[in-house]
Amino acid sequence: MKKKPTLAIWKFASCDGCQLSLLDCEDELLTIAGRITIAKFLEASRAVIKGPYDISLVEGSITTPHDAEQIQKVRHISRFLVTIGACATAGGIQSLRNFKDVKEFISLVYARPHYIDTLDKSTPIADHVHVDFELHGCPINKFQLLELISAFLHERKPNIPPHSVCIECKRRGTVCLLVSQGIPCLGPVTHAGCNALCPSYNRGCYGCYGPMETPNTAALSSWFNRLGISNDNLARLFSTFYASSEPFRKESEARMMNNQEITVQEQKKKNSK
Amino acid sequence: MKSKTIKVDYLSRIEGEGSLFVKIKDNRLTDVKLKIFEPPRFFEAFLRGRSFHEAPDITARICGICPIAYQMSAVHAVEDALGIHIDGQLRALRRLIYCGEWIESHALHIYMLHAPDFLGYESAIHMAKDYPDIVQRGLRLKKTGNEVVALLGGREIHPINVRTGGFYKVPSKQELLQLSEKLKSARDAALETVRWTASLDFPDFEQDYEYVALRHSAEYPFNEGRIVSNKGLDIPVHEYDDCFTEEHVQHSNALHSVIKGRQTYLVGPLARYNLNFDHLSPLSQEAARSAGLSNVCRNPFKSIVVRSVEILYACDEALRIIEQYEKPDKPAIEVQLRSATGYGCTEAPRGILYHRYSIDNNGIIRDAKIVPPTSQNQKAIENDLREFIPKYIELPREQLTLKCEQAVRNYDPCISCATHFLKLTLENE
Repeated sequence: MKKKPTLAIWKFASCDGCQLSLLDCEDELLTIAGRITIAKFLEASRAVIKGPYDISLVEGSITTPHDAEQIQKVRHISRFLVTIGACATAGGIQSLRNFKDVKEFISLVYARPHYIDTLDKSTPIADHVHVDFELHGCPINKFQLLELISAFLHERKPNIPPHSVCIECKRRGTVCLLVSQGIPCLGPVTHAGCNALCPSYNRGCYGCYGPMETPNTAALSSWFNRLGISNDNLARLFSTFYASSEPFRKESEARMMNNQEITVQEQKKKNSK
Repeated sequence: MKSKTIKVDYLSRIEGEGSLFVKIKDNRLTDVKLKIFEPPRFFEAFLRGRSFHEAPDITARICGICPIAYQMSAVHAVEDALGIHIDGQLRALRRLIYCGEWIESHALHIYMLHAPDFLGYESAIHMAKDYPDIVQRGLRLKKTGNEVVALLGGREIHPINVRTGGFYKVPSKQELLQLSEKLKSARDAALETVRWTASLDFPDFEQDYEYVALRHSAEYPFNEGRIVSNKGLDIPVHEYDDCFTEEHVQHSNALHSVIKGRQTYLVGPLARYNLNFDHLSPLSQEAARSAGLSNVCRNPFKSIVVRSVEILYACDEALRIIEQYEKPDKPAIEVQLRSATGYGCTEAPRGILYHRYSIDNNGIIRDAKIVPPTSQNQKAIENDLREFIPKYIELPREQLTLKCEQAVRNYDPCISCATHFLKLTLENE
């Protein structure tokens, strides 16, 4: 009999939600444990089998000098390294620090800042080591995680579509919120995977699966402007769980710049009056 | 001369990253440190400048295990600032989604994280080989809790349907009725869980702490109530900062909470149960008594039984809410912006979770404060170990380490929450 492949789960700065997705596979968990040796999964087990591992699932972003060293070791002992979730794949919500002075942040939260050891930026795993596959979402979709594990077991490419949330709305027959109700929705620029959840709850997508391939964020922003959404709000909308992904970061910055220009122009008008 | 160090570098079967360091010299305990090295994430800092709308979605990301708790504390604090109060069926739906989270989170802890300690397994997956029916029952319970959260919230982790003023969409009676059958069988499984956990072996260990929980005039607490204790504390939520303070200690990236001028306090299932037994449903009270619990439980190891009683209550309460449900006309009530500070405190599965926001005229958050349950329990965990370890100090290192880990897991510590917090080191010099 072929030896069962080994799986390890690693955690960096994160909320634990993405690795919890594996425990949330209540119907499949024991079957998975039958096909694959769960060699390291601290949230679920004391037992740790020494590496190297066939597949490592990495949750969380790199935010401390210790973690920056640790991820190198993880890469070294992993045949396949897959990032799971927005933190590992794009830096996560904690990457909002990247745009501010982190020292000020530390003093806001902690009374004795010199006890805290942290890097200036929260960075995705791919900034540090080669990543074999990235699974998006804040949180990831557990069915996509199952697909990923299944694909790995069968030595094929995981079937994770890269299109936008819009396609998923059309598939499930949700009427477009943007068109029919003028509700701002990031669906057109956001990576699929959630099965267009928010629109099905009558809420505009807020981009928690990150940018799709080649998103046209500028065109969507100007639509939102016409709906009366201020640049301030747009800058915030693009700056959440995928704040550090390049397309969303650029759009957010462009909206902030735009806003400053408008303020300057208004000021000039006032002055000339 | 006999001395040892117990070091658990990465505590397992807890949420997040922490370690335990215990130092024993000449068979005398000299040091206990619960260290939290989960990296800090600075939520309170980057909430500044965000819209009040975003508070429930952003703070949910503090913890993947109890996002509903964060969303509930956030919306209640924001609503307090805006001067609005949610009543009727919208209020009932918020209790219902919280029932789902308690069932899911408690089932995860009882079956997957804590039970293996009592039965001597490394994980629930290892335990499943000898006790398949028990592990399957736990998984079914957990699944039902998740289904409640997913129906009302859209998904189990970081639900999307909670907003200031109510929800984005409310379910039909028919949709909720589909949960009823599952909740009825979950209620049976919860009853079995109470019986089963009561049959486990418990060390003889009682602690006289100040128990702190919410207390509501008519209900077992979820979203509302005064903050009360068994030692005379009785304050409205907005006086929290006057009575509680946070200390920053070197060995932890989580702040330690203390009641000003008092001893160690603890929050969570034991505290809630001890202060609110009279508000449990008749079925849950009866099950607790049959399991040998009185109205007050001071043994932290028996928290596993109390959690089971709370699952039973949550199933009962969920069924009651569904039975009395009528779909409201609007999914949310309108909000009017104003500049103010609001306070919210709700009962997360692990204990009271406090949020405070100051919001300006445009709805922008100018200041935020969040105190999660685990940071409030850190001192109690360390104190338990200080009292508990001397009783077992003769044990070989490996066995003593296991006992220490079990004592830590009594609190279901959630470290992701506490840093916005754990690793075990046992040192014999």
